[in-house]
Amino acid sequence: MNVTRGFTGRPRVADPGLPPGQYDAGDDWPVLSAEVTPDLAPADWTFRVDGLVRAPRTWDWEEAHTLPESAYEGDIHCVTSWSKFGVRFGGVCLDAFLAAVRPEAAATHAVAYSHTGYTTSLPLADLTGGRAWIAWEYDGEPLAAEHGGPARLLVPHLYFWKSAKWIAGLRLLDHDEPGFWEQNGYHARGNPWEEQRYSGD
Amino acid sequence: MTEAFVAPSRAAAPPSGTFVPATRFAVPGRIAVNGRQASEWQTATLTEIRRETPLASTFRFAARAWAGHLPGQHLMLRLTADDGYTAQRHYSIASAPDDDGHIELTLDHVDGGEVSGWFHTTAEPGDEVEVRGPLSGFFAWPGDRPALLIGAGSGVVPLMSMVRHHRARGLDVPLRLVVSARAPEELIYARELGAETTRVFTRSAPLGVPVGRLGAAHLAPLLAEEPEGGWEAYVCGSNGFAEHASRLLVEAGQPVDRIRIERFG
Repeated sequence: MNVTRGFTGRPRVADPGLPPGQYDAGDDWPVLSAEVTPDLAPADWTFRVDGLVRAPRTWDWEEAHTLPESAYEGDIHCVTSWSKFGVRFGGVCLDAFLAAVRPEAAATHAVAYSHTGYTTSLPLADLTGGRAWIAWEYDGEPLAAEHGGPARLLVPHLYFWKSAKWIAGLRLLDHDEPGFWEQNGYHARGNPWEEQRYSGD
Repeated sequence: MTEAFVAPSRAAAPPSGTFVPATRFAVPGRIAVNGRQASEWQTATLTEIRRETPLASTFRFAARAWAGHLPGQHLMLRLTADDGYTAQRHYSIASAPDDDGHIELTLDHVDGGEVSGWFHTTAEPGDEVEVRGPLSGFFAWPGDRPALLIGAGSGVVPLMSMVRHHRARGLDVPLRLVVSARAPEELIYARELGAETTRVFTRSAPLGVPVGRLGAAHLAPLLAEEPEGGWEAYVCGSNGFAEHASRLLVEAGQPVDRIRIERFG
């Protein structure tokens, strides 16, 4: 251990919800997108699931809203070290979309892509089982554009760069295909509890 | 470090079978990142502290194992308390790559900041911290394309690394810097800024210089230069500034896929 002379840090608060190396951002919700925030109206938003599926399909805003509502209440964790506790997102569970397209048995991974062209790669297992959503509400209000509105992917058990803003689709694959940050040195899975920040972690 | 440059998206055909979204914006990373360097902590020894403004100082480190970086990259810095508690933050690198075995960071004294607070109140030359990096090829500028740099406050830090690199190497490729500060005394690196720089002051300005927010009029003459190959725009600052500046660029005709943004947070 390399102790830093004179460094004490913040008061220690035992917080089982805080992954290693993270701090509580409190009321802040930093915006870290690397691209220009798109001017995307709900009427122009679509979400497609294709690749290794039996019935590829595209939903528009109204069609997506006919699926059963689902909410996430919990915490989110950004690779830049902030975590935000007790957030509330509303939308539709990704399982509802996947049930409609019927993934093939060979599908093991997915590339999520945005209306901006941003991409991120995930194991399919992280997108199923009630752990991922297409979210269009935050705290009961429409999701703000800078936070990914009209709709973003939400995978809160992984670092938040996996939760692609302005989500446009998922392509299911039988292999891992690194997305935007994954090609820029970030970890393939990004589990905050194992501190999988960079590709060597 | 790995300097395997990624070809520009316009020129590169993706490997067959690679999924490419059918959308306009797909800014590629500028360089490949070395995963081993990014994951190993190394000791950096503070050698010098220079006051830049009432709120910001530059901290110079000797880092013998530092493998080098490109302008625009950042690192992760970690402080450890004697009970094992650690705090880590991402910081942009201010110095140019050729500063052998040394790196410089310029840090604002953030109100209540546990890491920046230590640097501004406790740190002295000889102190040791830990760093890992360099990180992220996305905001890197290898010095190849014309660069239009727009920053506010300490958002000028990674852009200054690019300006310094441009000067140190005597590069011919066009480079322009637009920097916004609240007041002249808050303008970081004020004495180093030269003819390449447009200064914007939002609260108070030197006599004869207008006070106001960055506007289309500041960018128009720069965009009108239309260097060969077009500008690669690098925007850095708070989210509010980044949103404002990137919107001005898009409205002025700068292609969305030639704008790279680094927001604080």
